[in-house]
Amino acid sequence: MNPQHVISIRFYATIFGALLVLTLSTAGAAFIDLGGNLNTIVALAIATVKALLVILFFMHVRYSSRLTWVFVGAGFFWILILLTLTMTDPLTRDWLETTIGR
Amino acid sequence: MSDFPAIHAHQFDDAAQQHEASWLGMWVFLATEVMFFGGMFLGYLLYRTTYPQAFASASNHLDLWLGTINTAVLICSSFTMALAVRAAQIGQKRPIIIFLVLTIVLGAVFLGIKFTEYHVKFEEHLVPGSAFAYDGPLGSSAEIFFSFYFAMTGMHALHMIIGLGLLTTLVVKTARGRFSVSYNTPVELVGLYWHFVDIVWIFLFPLLYLVGRHLR
Repeated sequence: MNPQHVISIRFYATIFGALLVLTLSTAGAAFIDLGGNLNTIVALAIATVKALLVILFFMHVRYSSRLTWVFVGAGFFWILILLTLTMTDPLTRDWLETTIGR
Repeated sequence: MSDFPAIHAHQFDDAAQQHEASWLGMWVFLATEVMFFGGMFLGYLLYRTTYPQAFASASNHLDLWLGTINTAVLICSSFTMALAVRAAQIGQKRPIIIFLVLTIVLGAVFLGIKFTEYHVKFEEHLVPGSAFAYDGPLGSSAEIFFSFYFAMTGMHALHMIIGLGLLTTLVVKTARGRFSVSYNTPVELVGLYWHFVDIVWIFLFPLLYLVGRHLR
């Protein structure tokens, strides 16, 4: 037998409702000028929360084995390495005054 | 639905171990999918930091309302998919089929709306290539934005089409009584795939549609 965790329809509906509310709030927040890069940061923060809700509950990771957590974590940790380590170069090029190559 | 004992392949100790192996195997595949889409997200990020004004301006040519509706449609389809997996876990045959068909319909609605958006972009000469036309000095860098738009949403749509094929085979298999309380792994794994495709869109939506709204 598979030790499957059955989630109630009511709980799924709650997650579903939260995802719809977050979708509307991210579309609404896009029209407000928050200044600087804050619009992008807010949009990506909401997207991350939505993704976490889907991964933890719709994809049942919350109720899965520790080994599953390691596999899932490795996949998403990798993309963070890819994005952050790469962006350390283009985002910091203007931090130091230099005449080399200019 | 009758609950026949799960049969497991000879390399596994029992059905539970077989299930865990399938589950982890699917997550390994999804990790490679994260890397596949990750490369495109990185390219997008690099060009967006290089041409921020062009990306904001070009992003405003996308239809925000259709994008928002499509996001909601996809979230609805994830909800029905989750309910199909739940029905499979407790062995209800008819609800599995109903929720799978609902997921297919919602997926088709998403692709239909996406097709309409693509059609408008063709008419407005916003498809990268020799017919690309964009007013103002930002034209050539706006073309880069639309290259990412079509590459990323196109790859996402291709995943949706593959997902619709997988869901259709699940409907046939469920109707033939292949799944039970003790064996429903394919329904679960296609569910994982469908939710993953949803997650990709959850990030594509703000990055493509919501870049420059506040600057208008």
